[in-house]
Amino acid sequence: MARLLELVLAPLRYSFMARGLSAAIIVGVVCAVVGTYVVLRGMAFFGDALAHAILPGLAVGYLVNGSARGPLFWWALGTAILTSLGIGAVARGTRVKEDTAIGIIFAGMFALGVALISTQRSYSVDLAHFLFGDILGVSAADLIRTAAFGAIILALMVAFHKEFVVLAFDPVLAATLRLPAKLLEHLLLVLIAVTVVVSLQTVGVTLMVAMLVTPPACAYLLTRRLPVLMLLAALIAAGSGVIGIYLSYYANIASGASIVLTCTACFGMVWAVQTLRERRMRARSRN
Amino acid sequence: MSVSSPVSDHPLAHGPARPRPAARSGRHAAHLPDAPILEVRELSVHYGAFVALDRVSFALHAGERVAVVGPNGAGKSTLFRVIAGVLPATSGSVEVYGGAPRRHICIAYLPQRSGVDWNFPVTVGDVVMMGRIGRLGLLAWPRRRDRAWVHQCLEAVGLADLEDRQIGSLSGGQQQRMFIARALAQEAELMLMDEPLAGLDVPSQQDIFAVLDDLRGRGVTIVLSTHDLNQAAERFDRVMLLNRRLLGFGSPAEVFTPERLMAAYGGHLHLVAVEGGLVAVGDTCCEQDGRYG
Repeated sequence: MARLLELVLAPLRYSFMARGLSAAIIVGVVCAVVGTYVVLRGMAFFGDALAHAILPGLAVGYLVNGSARGPLFWWALGTAILTSLGIGAVARGTRVKEDTAIGIIFAGMFALGVALISTQRSYSVDLAHFLFGDILGVSAADLIRTAAFGAIILALMVAFHKEFVVLAFDPVLAATLRLPAKLLEHLLLVLIAVTVVVSLQTVGVTLMVAMLVTPPACAYLLTRRLPVLMLLAALIAAGSGVIGIYLSYYANIASGASIVLTCTACFGMVWAVQTLRERRMRARSRN
Repeated sequence: MSVSSPVSDHPLAHGPARPRPAARSGRHAAHLPDAPILEVRELSVHYGAFVALDRVSFALHAGERVAVVGPNGAGKSTLFRVIAGVLPATSGSVEVYGGAPRRHICIAYLPQRSGVDWNFPVTVGDVVMMGRIGRLGLLAWPRRRDRAWVHQCLEAVGLADLEDRQIGSLSGGQQQRMFIARALAQEAELMLMDEPLAGLDVPSQQDIFAVLDDLRGRGVTIVLSTHDLNQAAERFDRVMLLNRRLLGFGSPAEVFTPERLMAAYGGHLHLVAVEGGLVAVGDTCCEQDGRYG
C-alpha cells in the first residue's frame, strides 16, 4: 500500500507533472462536455478537420514569435474561430458535399501548416509538439489560460444548454420556437473551436478528435440521460488524462498518445462488456 | 404572454373553452380575433427547377380539423414547413392570424417519426419541456410551474407515468402522443402533424384520435397529413387533396370524387370501394418520403 502511494506521489514532486495533471483534468472535462454535442450531432469529422486546420495558424505564429506559448495560443484561437465559421460557409455555398468540402479544406490547411513549419531548421521537434501535444511542457501561465478559457466554455455550455439540446434533437422545433438558431449554431461551432485550441497542448492536433469523441461515446454506451452522460464523459476523460500521464511517466511513452490510448481502452472495455451482456440477454430471451 | 396558473391556462383544462387573449405581449405577434387562423395565398415553392408546390391558396378557421391527402412527393411536408415558418416560400404568402408565421410561436410542427433520432439521450419529460423553452426565453431554467405544466400535458395524452422513460423505449403511438404533448406544452394553437398515423396499429390510432377529439374541444386547429382516405373522410371536418397543386379542399363528399382522385394519384391509385367509402391501395407509404414529401 505504501509502495502504491509512493508510485502515485513520486511524480508529483516535479512541478511540471503537477501542472500537466491539472491541465489534463481541465481539458478532459471541457472536451467531454463540448464533445457530447460533437457525438450527438455526428460532427466528429468536423472536429478532426478543425483541429488539423489550426496548424497553419500555429505555423505563422511560430515563424513570427518563435515557440513562445502565449502568442501561439492567440494565433491558434484566431485560426480556429475563422476556420470553424469558414467551413460552414464553404459547405453551404458550394455544390460539393459537406464532408468533401471539409476534407479539401482540412488537408489543404494542414499541408500549408507543415510546409510553413518545415522552413525552420528545428522544425521536427516543434512540429511534433504541435501534432502530438506537449502536456509536460505546460507552464503556469498556460495553466491559468487553460483554466480561464475552460471556465468560459463551460459557463456558456450551461447557459445555453436547453437551446443546444433542442437544436441537436429537433432543429425544426428550434425554428418553430423562433430561437436564434443560426446564432446558436455559430456559437456552438466557436465553442468547439476554442475547446480545440485550449486542448491543443494536451494531445496535439492529430489526436484531438479522440478527446472530443471517445469519452462521450463511452458514456453514451452507459446512460440515456444527457446530464449524466456529460458527467460520466467528464469523469472518464479526466480519469484517462490522469492515468495516461502516469502511464507516460512510468512506461516512458508520449503523453498525448498515452492519454488517448487510455480513453480508447476505456471505450473498448465498456463496449465489450455491453456487447457481451446484450448477447447474453438475447440468448436468454431466445430460450 | 399568459403565465397565470397552469391549471386554468392549460389548453386542455377542463371546463368550457376559455376565450383566447386577443393580444399577447412580448416579441411575438398579437392574434387578431377576426382573422382566419391561417391564410395561404398563391403559395409556390421551387427547389431549383423542381416545383414542390404550385400556387396553393386556402384558409383555415380556428378549431377545425383538416386532413391533407395526396401521393408521395405531393408537397405535404413542404406545405407544413412553409406554414411553420421553417422553409421560405418562393412566392405567395402565408399569414397566421394576419401575420407572418415567423412572428408566431403558436404553431407546432410534429415531425414524422422516421425522421427522429430515438437513441438521443433524453426522457419523455425532457422532450415535452423542449416545447416550453420558447416561452421561457434565453438564460432561464424551467421552474416548478413549468414542470407541473409538462406533467399536465403528458396527462392530457395519457403518458403521465412514462415521463422519466427514455424516448426510444416508447411504442410508435406513444411517441406520437409525446409530440402532441410537446405541442401542448408549447401552447400551440395550430398543430401541423406529418403522417402521425403511419405505421401505427388500429388501437394506437384510436388513442391518437381520442387525443385529437380532446384538442378539438379546446379550440386547437389541426392539420394532419395521411394516406388513409377513409379515415380522412370519416374523422375530419374538411379534406385537402394535394399534388403540388391544390386539387380540392372541402367536405370529403365534395373532394373525394373519382375524377379528382384520379387527377391527384394518376395511375398509382387503385380505388377499392368498401362499405360507404373508398380506400386507396397501392400508394407506397411514407417511409421513403424524402425532402420533397
